[in-house]
Amino acid sequence: MIELQGITKAYPGAGAPSVSALDLAIEDREFLVLIGESGSGKTTTLNMINRLVEPTSGNIRVDGEDALAADPVALRRRMGYVFQGAGLFPHLTIAENVGITPRLLGWPKPEIEARTDELLALVRLAPEEYRNRFPRELSGGQQQRVALARALAARPHIMLMDEPFGALDPLIRDDLSEDYRRIHGDLGLTTIFVTHDMTEAMLLGDRIAVMKDGLLVQVGTPNELLNAPADDFVRALIETPKTRARRLAQALRDAP
Amino acid sequence: MNAISEAWGYLPNYLSSHVLLSMSALLLGLLLSLPLAVLAARYRRFGGVVLTLAGIVQTIPSLALLALFYPLLLLLSEFTLETFGFSFRALGFLPALLALTLYSMLPVLRNTVTGLGNIERSVKMAARGVGMTPWQSLTLVELPLAAPVIMAGIRTAAVWVIGTATLATPVGQTSLGNYIFTGLQIENWVFVTFGVVAAAGLALVIDRLLALAESGLALRSRNRIVAAAIGLVVVVGASLYPMLAVPRHAVVIGAKNFEEQYILAALIRDRLSAAGIESRERDDLGSSVIFRALAAGDVDVYVDYTGTLWSNAMKRTDAPGRKAVQDGVAAYVMDKHGIRDLGALGFENAYALAMRKDKAEALGIKTLSDLAAHAAQLRIGGDFEIFSRPEWKAVMDAYGLRFAVRRQYQPNLMYSALMSGDVDVITAFSSDGRIAEYGLTLLTDPKGALPPYDAIMLVSPAHAHDTAFLNALKPLIGAIDLKTMQRANLMVDRPDNKLSPTQAARWLEQTLAH
Repeated sequence: MIELQGITKAYPGAGAPSVSALDLAIEDREFLVLIGESGSGKTTTLNMINRLVEPTSGNIRVDGEDALAADPVALRRRMGYVFQGAGLFPHLTIAENVGITPRLLGWPKPEIEARTDELLALVRLAPEEYRNRFPRELSGGQQQRVALARALAARPHIMLMDEPFGALDPLIRDDLSEDYRRIHGDLGLTTIFVTHDMTEAMLLGDRIAVMKDGLLVQVGTPNELLNAPADDFVRALIETPKTRARRLAQALRDAP
Repeated sequence: MNAISEAWGYLPNYLSSHVLLSMSALLLGLLLSLPLAVLAARYRRFGGVVLTLAGIVQTIPSLALLALFYPLLLLLSEFTLETFGFSFRALGFLPALLALTLYSMLPVLRNTVTGLGNIERSVKMAARGVGMTPWQSLTLVELPLAAPVIMAGIRTAAVWVIGTATLATPVGQTSLGNYIFTGLQIENWVFVTFGVVAAAGLALVIDRLLALAESGLALRSRNRIVAAAIGLVVVVGASLYPMLAVPRHAVVIGAKNFEEQYILAALIRDRLSAAGIESRERDDLGSSVIFRALAAGDVDVYVDYTGTLWSNAMKRTDAPGRKAVQDGVAAYVMDKHGIRDLGALGFENAYALAMRKDKAEALGIKTLSDLAAHAAQLRIGGDFEIFSRPEWKAVMDAYGLRFAVRRQYQPNLMYSALMSGDVDVITAFSSDGRIAEYGLTLLTDPKGALPPYDAIMLVSPAHAHDTAFLNALKPLIGAIDLKTMQRANLMVDRPDNKLSPTQAARWLEQTLAH
């Protein structure tokens, strides 16, 4: 269980805070999607959970423990993080990339190797074929699979994901997000997933948290948001998939 | 062919000193620049200051940077002696090492800062995200990624340092520059070329090996990195090997930067060697540097000239006669510095103004007083020291000499300049064989403005009472007359059938034996 209580991030000299007094609780095994436009504060919120960004004020509790009092490095090693655009280390092999957090934690070498192969298989990359390659030899989708394996390596039960599939081709993107949704369930993970794509949010999320200008506007299941949007912004946002589907149908009808 | 085989003979000694100096400077430079660069990349303002300072160091002419470290270290050495009771050698390896270390820093600093700065933000973010501490991020991610760029900086530094190390010779550190400085002085172009080729060859080999390491880092090829490391160890090890054979506590023979000094140094070396005393030479030192080095024990023996010490060290302007000056100098060096004056060798090497005979006759100049009337239309050539020495000021004042143009040369090149008409008057040395060879007119000094310049042998305080040492050298006292020295000097200076200083010293020895 992750509890954010009144967290605020204000950058000096930046005017309005990036995130203002945000309260949010994420249950164990929940898949929570944070959605909003660029600059809404969703990535900043995500980064405060493992303290890549330090909150200006507020409290964060992870499994009942005060995360702001914990060692930030140890905290990060306990959580998986998947970056937008993979963020693999270009000088390390695929196996070395995947095994990095276990290595930092001091796992024995054979255990790291076994875990690496296990994870490559989980994200559907044949270990014997990819293990010793370098990131530059892989396609964008394959790199993102490696990034996912790397985040899972040290057996975290919390996953933080920042628009992980945003830069991929649509087919690969659907493929990967389906794979991940399955992994989330199979491993019993708690996932916080940032996106600006409402279709993706509705397909993946148990609950969706909508942010605007640093404020949390509404949190709820896709159905709750559809049936009782808090304001016009949420209504417009939640209806974009439906609106687009209608327009698509119209366009196909009108086409010769 | 003869000169080439002689040059080959010096190579083990010169090359090993050169490699030890340049590689030590490079290593020390790396140890200093890498942490500084890491801090500079992290704290921008600090980085700006460091890079600016390193840039300023680079603008100091390298020879001057080397020269400046000698007096600095000398002061420091005196300070530590007074305060902590120990001193260190201010001449030779240490000043050269420090100057070259500073010199090597800029390219490494600049490339490391650039290399670290060019790492994508997302990669650094990922390093934190997977749970790296700042130190782990630096060592596991940032430095490895910047390694090829850093290596390129190290290559630049290596080539600079190896080239600049040739300038360590005048501060008393043997290097491949000994070929160049000595060769320039005795117009032995084989020596000069040999030194240039050896230094360039060394720089090229080291650069190629570092390039191999660089490509190994860029391509992440372990084989290349290992091959480069083995190559470096082999090259450096092989060139340092001769050093093991040289006794560590050999006495040091000093020499200034002209032929006579090289010949006398070789003569002293042979004498000591016959007495079973091992020695090393430090060539091409300036007059005040060599005297202070002797007082400080960085040089153990060399030949100086009474007038030089009389005017420069003692600041005397009177000229009470040869004997009085000799006695005065001997008493002064012992009282003030504990230096032993073994006595006069038997000849004088005075500063004397010389002109081409035809020119002197045409203008009717025989004395310095005659010269004064024409000086305003004449050009004078001197060595690097004379115009800033007190003797020169004394002569200028005594005769009211004011020349139209003043030029400075390596001592031996002055004669060529005079004969080719580039200058009309030179500050010649009276023991120089070329005065007779070219039939130059020496101008007399009716007012006695210049002191006498008897050659005397000076011994450092450490050996002032070393009987075996002194006995080995005593036979040279009073043994060399002006004619003999002039002939020996000419053997090295003459354009044809040139001998090396060592060969001339052998000839001198045989002459003395008869």
